[in-house]
Amino acid sequence: MILSRNFLKDYVDIDESIDIKTLAEDMTRVGNEYDSAEKLVPATKLVIGKVLECENHPDSDHLHCCKVDVGNEVLNIVCGAPNVKAGIKVIVSLAGAELPDGVIKKGIIRGQESNGMICALYEIGIDKKFLSEEDKNGIHILDDNAPVGKDPIEYLKLNDEVIDFELTANRGDLLSILGMAYEVGAIYDKKVKLPNLTHNESGEDLNKTFSVKVNTENCTLFIARKVLNVKIKESPDFIKNRLIASGIRPINNVVDISNYVMLELGQPLHFYDADRLGNVIETRMAENGEILTTLDGNKRKLEETDIVISDGKRAIGLAGVMGGLDTEIEETTKNVLIESAIFDRIKIRKTSNKILRSEASNRFEKGLDSNRTYMAMERAVKLLEEYADGEVQTGKVVYDVTENKEKKINITTQDINSLLGTNINKEETLEVFRKLGFETNVNGEIITVTVPTRRIDISIKEDLIEEVGRIYGVDNIEGKLPETPIKMGYVDKTDREIRNKMISLGLNETLSYVLINDKDVHKYTKDEFEELKLLDPMTEERNVLRYSLIPSLYKIYEYNKAHYIKDVCIFEIGKGFWKKEEKYGENKKLCALMTGEYYLGIDVKKSVDFYIIKGVVEEVLDYLGYQNRYSFVMPKQNIEEFHPGQVAEISVNGDIVGIIGRIHPEISKEAVYVFEINLDKLLDKKVSKMKFKDISIYPTVNKDIAIMIDKEITVDEISKVIKKAGGNLLTNYKVFDIYTNSTLGNKKSVAYSLTFGSNSKTLTDDEINPIIEKIVNSLEKTFKAELRK
Amino acid sequence: MKEKIENIRNSAKNKIDEIKNLQELQELKVKLLGKKSELSDLLKGLGALAKEERPKVGSLVNDARKELEEKFSEAEKKLKDKAMAQKLEKEKIDITAPSTKIIRGSKHPLNRIIEEIQDIFVSMGYDVVDGPELETDEFCFERLNLPKGHPARDMQDSLYITDEYLLRTQTSAVQARTMLANKEKTPIRMICTGKTYRREDDATHSHQFNQVEGLVIDYKDKNTSLADLKGTLEIFMRKILGENTQLRFRPSYFPFTEPSYEVDVTCFKCGGKGCPLCKKTGWIELLGSGMVHPRVLEMNGYDPDKYSGFAFGTGIDRLAMFKYGITDMRYLYTNDVRFLKQFDRQDKD
Repeated sequence: MILSRNFLKDYVDIDESIDIKTLAEDMTRVGNEYDSAEKLVPATKLVIGKVLECENHPDSDHLHCCKVDVGNEVLNIVCGAPNVKAGIKVIVSLAGAELPDGVIKKGIIRGQESNGMICALYEIGIDKKFLSEEDKNGIHILDDNAPVGKDPIEYLKLNDEVIDFELTANRGDLLSILGMAYEVGAIYDKKVKLPNLTHNESGEDLNKTFSVKVNTENCTLFIARKVLNVKIKESPDFIKNRLIASGIRPINNVVDISNYVMLELGQPLHFYDADRLGNVIETRMAENGEILTTLDGNKRKLEETDIVISDGKRAIGLAGVMGGLDTEIEETTKNVLIESAIFDRIKIRKTSNKILRSEASNRFEKGLDSNRTYMAMERAVKLLEEYADGEVQTGKVVYDVTENKEKKINITTQDINSLLGTNINKEETLEVFRKLGFETNVNGEIITVTVPTRRIDISIKEDLIEEVGRIYGVDNIEGKLPETPIKMGYVDKTDREIRNKMISLGLNETLSYVLINDKDVHKYTKDEFEELKLLDPMTEERNVLRYSLIPSLYKIYEYNKAHYIKDVCIFEIGKGFWKKEEKYGENKKLCALMTGEYYLGIDVKKSVDFYIIKGVVEEVLDYLGYQNRYSFVMPKQNIEEFHPGQVAEISVNGDIVGIIGRIHPEISKEAVYVFEINLDKLLDKKVSKMKFKDISIYPTVNKDIAIMIDKEITVDEISKVIKKAGGNLLTNYKVFDIYTNSTLGNKKSVAYSLTFGSNSKTLTDDEINPIIEKIVNSLEKTFKAELRK
Repeated sequence: MKEKIENIRNSAKNKIDEIKNLQELQELKVKLLGKKSELSDLLKGLGALAKEERPKVGSLVNDARKELEEKFSEAEKKLKDKAMAQKLEKEKIDITAPSTKIIRGSKHPLNRIIEEIQDIFVSMGYDVVDGPELETDEFCFERLNLPKGHPARDMQDSLYITDEYLLRTQTSAVQARTMLANKEKTPIRMICTGKTYRREDDATHSHQFNQVEGLVIDYKDKNTSLADLKGTLEIFMRKILGENTQLRFRPSYFPFTEPSYEVDVTCFKCGGKGCPLCKKTGWIELLGSGMVHPRVLEMNGYDPDKYSGFAFGTGIDRLAMFKYGITDMRYLYTNDVRFLKQFDRQDKD
């Protein structure tokens, strides 16, 4: 909503000393934010000049050399406008003038002196969309009465200031100058002046010849009046200027009045050419597929959620959104039928979202006060009488099912102070309501506030408390802390612990988008789920919610690779989403991607390989307390995106909680490794409390064995046998070498370091050797393995 | 005899001085002091001497022996020190050459701020609560007093999966969940941090961003008021943005609070003097807040006659950008490793 200061002045007196910025800031403090606050025409150093002489420029086919009287001197000015000529009065910007497009300087134009500029209106800052064809194409010609040497902006009555407000959705009442006047009046404690509605009326009562039918509950109020014999012409300057200041293009006096009243009172009106309408006007819901040509010339197919105005036979307008072409006001219009009505906010919103969001639809959506609906009708006919020479026909046809009663709300200072944390007394409270123009009635502690119908946003006590807070001033409220008893706050730090662990292992944390492309959503997994597609994606590139984080991290890897970063070790904790059997769900996942160098030093270098990323997984699992409860197993199904020989499912307590592997060489030539763990699934598995275990005072004994064994037998399988055969005294076992080469055929050599120990004594060879023998025997029996001597 | 002993001693001393390594020294020691040495022979031959000579000579021999032994251990120490010094010299390295290290990890700046915010509120007795990112219309809007068709829904253009499910537009969705889950209707003091999503993508908005949401509900007689909201947000903002930060509460409108306030903080960049970032106002709009709307309390099982409270929310991305001087919002989600690696150390207040 753009507020014109000149317009506002009609309804409330604002001290001239309050500049526009201050006014805007004061409005902001009571909750009305603004985007800009400035002069309507910000150009400086403009004077009215008279063109004394105008000759063609000797070296140009379109420039003119003019001598212009600007009051105290005569200036030579070169002018390129086609409509410049001797004798006219014009707007001259002097040297040093600041115009929207730059500063005017004295200069030589193709050899001719030029000491200023003759201006078009758009050159001083009036948008072309507001201008007549003449003004769009040339300089502005002032009338003969314009006083030479004086300020042209003042003469044109364009000396206005405007504030562009960004209003909150609840304050529909501020979409009118009158509403603004009440608000400004409350701030500066000024009384609001109401608009003049007095007019004559004549002729037969309209009710005898015209009827209003409403066939939908989505119209609660419909008023019709007729004004006869209007003369269509240009609007008076004050109407045009105020429309321009408010961002609306002037058209002719009749159309301008409908817009003027809407700006003034907040009630959108619609004017019909009464002669192209029958003697009935109807409001109903559109039929599906019904066709209407709106006044912008578009043929529109309507739906049954659109409210339409009809002449009893066919639709002639989309209620609250746009009129029809057939009944539009034209140059030839004589008689005008005026509609002032209230339509359902949600229906209007739906239709306008589809067709056009306009000044009118915006006001319907925010809600209207029916008293204004009546007032606007009277104001419109008054203005048509005064500025379009119209004759107002007696009587108005009214359909009204609104129950617009003033609300009465009881409130106490206790209510106010307990919610605001203030210490406001009764007198201060009453003072606030007086400034707002709310009537009050005091009965003991209880203040009964009568809320004017214009404030449709106020319906409960808390709304009134907000009003008190606004006008009393939030800045006057001192901050404190809640007095509730001290209690411990709780935060689950698991994510943080995992994050810190991953960072300590050298990985960089990323934060990627949850929305990805649907062609990636089923990658890196064989899990069954339905993908979750957006109904209306912003781009097809991001049209679905991810299930796995691996595609996100792989994209990040590709980005960095494209920027010549080869060592990428990254991780993220984020959510994956799914739908299964009509159930929607999301899981927190830990995902990591590693490629490039891991250890870096002068003589040592180690690139990331499967065992490094596996080490990262084990570090995290061990850290979270899952020691000895996990294993890495071959996936039952082939997952195409992984290297088939370097992929494993991560199993904890026999449940698959994640996947680890190398990305298939066909996807990435570089060796890129990833893992992903479903944290919800993992952390569901209980971990025991950390407890101290007694440290043995007896030394342990290390023995190494190496076995020749079938290549296909995994370390996991061998270890299980060793562990079982080793019994209690085998406290640890570790593979320290795996060796294969062609001479060994389909065998490999695996070397283990075995640790034996006891809590009660020092073990001797006599005790250890039989255990080793048992282990070797067991391996021989299970795998046909041989001890290497 | 005395002369002989003196000779042995002197010649031995000279020999010890000439020795260059430990092994030779050891051999010499055996030769000079061992069982077959001259000194040993002298002692063995004591019996052949006159009785009164014996103690005298014996004492002389022992003195010589003792002296030589000392001389030997001295020489041994000298040689050992020399050997050690040589060894150390040989093992000397250039301590300025680069270390061997595991690559270095880093924490994303947004999570750094989130952890910081969580810690601030936990210290004030707030629980950190989590909620789904794939939310229902009911929890994201309806239970927050935003029925379908409400014009305020325009403020948050949403990403819907179905008519009912959407990516949450605000962490406020967790408010309703927390209130409903609290069956005993005891007081609540919670915050929720996390990802939120809106249908916008431009230079200053990402469709995915992060918010923190706070909710305090208490019995009405505890007078949880706007003043408490002010005090709480003052602490929060000053902790994150610096002790000199000023706050300005502006009445505003949110359907889930009444009264509602937008909160401005003194411009990060100019400190309130006015600059392009704050559009010369000196203020940056940062938070939305207010007293919980009685309808919201009621819809989520808290009797508005018995309880009252406040709620607030803010975007975290902008806080992070300010705090670390990040110039372009896109850095937060591009995950350029050169960007990420800059956040790899402790950052004290």
